[in-house]
Amino acid sequence: MNNILVFCETQNGHLKRSSQELLQKGAKSGHKVFALLLGSSSTAAPECAHHGAKVVLTAKSPALDQYNSELYLAALDAACETSNPSVILAATSSSAKDLFPRFAAKKNLGLVSDGIALTLQGDEVLVTKPLYAGKCFAQASFENSQIKIVLMRPNQLPVDHANSSLTAEVTDLQVPQLDLSTIVKEVVKGASEKLDLTEANIIVAGGRGFKEAANFKLLNELASVLGATVGATRAVVDEGWVSHSMQVGQTGKTVAPTLYIAVGISGAIQHLAGMSGSKVIVAINNDPSAPIFQKATYGIVGDLFSVLPALTEEFRKILKA
Amino acid sequence: MKIFVCLKQVPDTDTRIKIQGDLASIDANGIKWIVSPYDLYAIEEAIKIRESNPGTQVYVITAGPKPRASEALITALAMGADEGILINVAQPLDANQTAKALAATIKSEGGAKSENGARLILTGRSSGDYNQSSVAQMLAEYLEIPHATVISKLQFSPDSVLVERDIEGGAKEVIQLKLPAVISTNKGLNSPRYSSLPGIMKAKKKTIKEIDFTILGVSAEDFKVKYSNFTLPPDKPAARLISGDVPSQVSQLVKVLRDEAKVL
Ligand SMILES: Cc1cc2nc3c(=O)[nH]c(=O)nc-3n(C[C@H](O)[C@H](O)[C@H](O)COP(=O)(O)OP(=O)(O)OC[C@H]3O[C@@H](n4cnc5c(N)ncnc54)[C@H](O)[C@@H]3O)c2cc1C
Repeated sequence: MNNILVFCETQNGHLKRSSQELLQKGAKSGHKVFALLLGSSSTAAPECAHHGAKVVLTAKSPALDQYNSELYLAALDAACETSNPSVILAATSSSAKDLFPRFAAKKNLGLVSDGIALTLQGDEVLVTKPLYAGKCFAQASFENSQIKIVLMRPNQLPVDHANSSLTAEVTDLQVPQLDLSTIVKEVVKGASEKLDLTEANIIVAGGRGFKEAANFKLLNELASVLGATVGATRAVVDEGWVSHSMQVGQTGKTVAPTLYIAVGISGAIQHLAGMSGSKVIVAINNDPSAPIFQKATYGIVGDLFSVLPALTEEFRKILKA
Repeated sequence: MKIFVCLKQVPDTDTRIKIQGDLASIDANGIKWIVSPYDLYAIEEAIKIRESNPGTQVYVITAGPKPRASEALITALAMGADEGILINVAQPLDANQTAKALAATIKSEGGAKSENGARLILTGRSSGDYNQSSVAQMLAEYLEIPHATVISKLQFSPDSVLVERDIEGGAKEVIQLKLPAVISTNKGLNSPRYSSLPGIMKAKKKTIKEIDFTILGVSAEDFKVKYSNFTLPPDKPAARLISGDVPSQVSQLVKVLRDEAKVL
C-alpha cells in the first residue's frame, strides 16, 4: 500500500465533485489517501473523510484562502513532507494547472495533465489522455519520477454515495512565511456564478445560428431550466456576443459534460476539439449536412428559433413532474 | 531590454492525424505545421511591448527538428520579432526536457538575473499537441523567477507587470509580479498580427542562431513522461435524427434523454 495525496478544492464551502472523484479513486485502489485542504476550505475536512480520505491535511492561514502560486507551492511542499506520497492527484483546475508543473520541476518529478482515465495498480500509474486536441489518444506513463503527479479532467471518474460514518485524522500543516514576488491584488468575479464550463455536468452551447447577441437569451432560459452552464463557439465570441470565458474548443475550454446541447453550431473541427469528450451530444441545426450531426448522439434538423423555446418548455414540464 | 518568446510548432488545427506503426507517435507525413495558436499571443505581446519601450529586443526560441522548426521562427520573425534561436533536436522532448533546454538557452543569452539578461519571458498557455500547460511554470522554476499563467491582460513597467489571469467561471485574478518573470498567454490578450509579405522578406534576412540540443546538459533522467499506445477516437455513428413536427420532436428528444441516454 502506498500513500496518495489528493489536492482538494471547494466551492461555497463544499468539496467539488472533481475532488470527490479523486478521493474515491484513491480509496478504491487500496492506497492510503491523504486530502489536502488549504485556507478556508479546511471546513470540508469531514466531507473528505466521507469520500475516502484517511488523513486530512489543512493549512488554515487566511493567506491561503486565495490561490497564490508561491504560497501554495510552500504548502504543497509541507503536505508532501508529511504524507510522503507516491502519487499526487488533482483536477485540471486553474489553480492546480498553475501550481503542479512548477512543483514537478522543483522536485524533479513527472507530471501528466489532462487525464481522462487513470489506472492505479500496485506501483503502476497509467493515464489516458487526448492529444492533438482530441484527434488521438495515448497512454502516458512515468519515468525517473519518485512521485507521480496526475491532473485529471473533471467528470471522468464515477462518484459513489458518500459514507458519512467515515472519519479522518486531521493535521494542520505549518507553512513558512515568505517574501513574495507574486501578489494577488484582487479577484474580479465573473458574470456567472454557475459551475465553470470545465466542471459542468450539462452544457448548452450556441453558435452563429443565433444571428445576434440578444437571441442568446433563448439559450440562457434553457440553461436555467436545466441548471446548465452556457458555452459558445469562437465565431460568436469574436463577434463580441459573449465573453471568451464561454468559448469551447481548441482555443477555448475543453469540456466533458454528461450532456452537451449544441444549438446553431456547425461543428467545425476546432469546436469539436473542445467538446467531443461529452457523453451525450444533442445537435439542433437547420442544415442537415452540418458536420455537428456526425458527432452528435441525437439531432433535430430545424429552426432553432422555433425548436429551442419548445424544448425549454418541454424540459420545464418534465423536470417539474 | 530583452524579451524572450518560447514557441512550439504543432500540426495545423484542421490537420487529420494518423498514427505511426509503433503506436508511439503520429505520422508526420503530409502534416502542415503552424505556430501553436496560443503562442501567437505571446509573440504579439512581446512586439507590442517593444513598440512602447525603445531599445527592446525580442528573441524567439523553439526546440524542434531542423529545418522544419525554423519555419515557426520565421513566422514569428515575419510578425516582427528580432532574432531567432533554434534548439535543434530530432527526438520529441517532454515538457520537463523542453523547459530545461529553454532555461539553459536563456542562461547562455544572459540568463534572467543579470542586467543584460531576460526581463520578460512569454509563451502560450498550452500547446496544441500534448496540452500539458507546463513549460512556462517549469521554465520559471529553472530560472528561479516568478510566473503567472493564462494571462489575458498585461500592463508592463520596467520592474513589474500587472496581469489578469483567467480562472473558473469567467473570473480573473489580478496579479502583480516582480520582473523578470515568465508569463503564459491566453486568448483575449491581444489580436496577433499577420505576417505581411514585406515582413516575410525581412524575416529572411534576420538571424536564426542554431544551438545543438546535446550541448545543453539535458540528461536522460530529465525525461519524465512517456507516451505509448496511440489510438484514434472510435468511429461514432452519425446522430439519430428525430423527425416530426416541433412539438413531437422536442417531446421525443426529452424522452430519449431521460429514458434511453439517462442523462437527466
Ligand atoms: C486556429 C483556430 C482556432 C479555432 N478555435 C476555435 C475554438 O476554440 N472554438 C470554436 O468554436 N471555434 C474555433 N475556431 C473557429 C472554427 O473554425 C469555426 O469558424 C467556428 O467554430 C464556427 O462557429 P459557428 O458554428 O458558431 O458558426 P458557423 O460555422 O457559421 O455555423 C453556424 C451554424 O448555425 C446554423 N444555423 C443558422 N441559422 C440557424 C437557425 N435559424 N436554426 C438552426 N441553425 C441555424 C447553420 O446551419 C450553421 O451550421 C478556430 C479556428 C481556427 C483557425
